[in-house]
This record gives sequence, structure tokens and C-alpha cells, in this order.
Amino acid sequence: MSPPHNHLRLSLGLALLAVLTPWAAAQVKPGDLFPKLAGVGLLGKLPETEGRVVLVDFWASWCAPCHASFPAYGRLQAKFSPRGLVILAVSVDESEGDYEAFVRKLAPSFSVVRDATQRLAAGVDVPGMPTSYLVDRNGRVRSVHEGFHSGVTEAELDREIEALLAEK
Amino acid sequence: MKTTLFFALVGLACLPGCATVNPVRVHPWQRAALADPIMDPNRDPLGKQMSEHVSFSREAASGGGGVGGSGCGCN
Repeated sequence: MSPPHNHLRLSLGLALLAVLTPWAAAQVKPGDLFPKLAGVGLLGKLPETEGRVVLVDFWASWCAPCHASFPAYGRLQAKFSPRGLVILAVSVDESEGDYEAFVRKLAPSFSVVRDATQRLAAGVDVPGMPTSYLVDRNGRVRSVHEGFHSGVTEAELDREIEALLAEK
Repeated sequence: MKTTLFFALVGLACLPGCATVNPVRVHPWQRAALADPIMDPNRDPLGKQMSEHVSFSREAASGGGGVGGSGCGCN
């Protein structure tokens, strides 16, 4: 029979684990470093993001507001990419066919990849679909936009991107 | 004494599970099936009208049938 202090160690370990578990997948918020995009199994070509202002958007083919968001991101891409903005749209579609049909239909001018295993979405703990993260040159999240509201979200992003690009 | 402490700590370890408001949560990125139009209870307007009529006749109540759309919870 194991000595009683082993029971104590085990129970203390369990208590510590239980206390820490709820914080294991904390939601990424403004001020946090955005997780590394490489090594999480994203399918597609990742753009160069080092030292750039990046807009990471999580979307899905089954999400109606995501359809509305793509033309707006196209306009932001056209306006700001010459000054160094990178837009990366990360699909959480499990179905490759649905993903490809969406991309074929909307033909985005910015980078699109698929998070088929949904590892990045889970790591970031995306609060809703779509959600976009504006990341500064140091890889830190500066703003989070949950949902896409025509006119409003685009204007907010336009203003925020302008301010971030002006930072050295 | 030690055994009591042991079980008390194991019980304590289980408490964070109870603290979660919604322990079985379908995450936003997992709602592809819920977003399917087939999940919309109002996809058949005639059937909806019929069931509302039956509800009104039997319960003497109308309205409060919920919100439109299926279950992706977008925006």
C-alpha cells in the first residue's frame, strides 16, 4: 500500500490541473500575441507576415456574413496592400468542396488558406463567425472584430489599418 | 484524516467542471451542420402557417415562435 503522503501529492496535482485547465485555451484578445501561423496544418500558401500589419479573418462557406465580408476585404486589400497590409482569410471549412466552391465564386484578391483540422481556430478560440484580428508589425493583436456588419466593420477596419500602417 | 483530505481535494478538483456555464458547447467554427438550411424549422412556409394555426386553435396563443434563420449563430 502506498504511503498516505502519495495520496496527498496526487490529489494536490489533480486540484492544480483542474484549476489550470479552464485557462488552457484562453481567447486571444487585443494586446495578446497572435499564435504562429506556421506549423498548425493550414492548407494553402501562407503569405510573408514578418514585420507587416496583418488582418487575419476566420470564415466559413456556410456563414452568410462571410459572403458579405469578402468584397470589403478586397477593397481594403486594394487600398492598403501597396503600403504593406497583408490580409489572410482562414477558412474553418471541414469540407474541401464547399471551401473551393466559395473561393471559386468570390475569387478573393487576398491570401486564403484552410484550417481543415480547426487547430488554429480552436487555439485562438474564435468567438463567432466571422471574426477578424488586426495584428500589428510586432505580431500583437490590436483589435478584434466579431461578426461582419456591412459598412460599419469596413469603416472601422479602414481607420484602424490606416493608424497601424502609420506606426513605425 | 488523510483519507478525508484526499477525497475533499479530489472533490475540489471536480468543481471547475461545474463552474462552466455551458459545459457542452458547440464552438462557432463547428457549426457547419447547424447552419444547414435543413436545420431551419421555418424552411416550409406553408407547414409553418399550418402548425401556427393548430397552435393558435389549441392553445389560444399566437406569436413567440422564435427567430428566423438556422443555427450557425453568425454575427
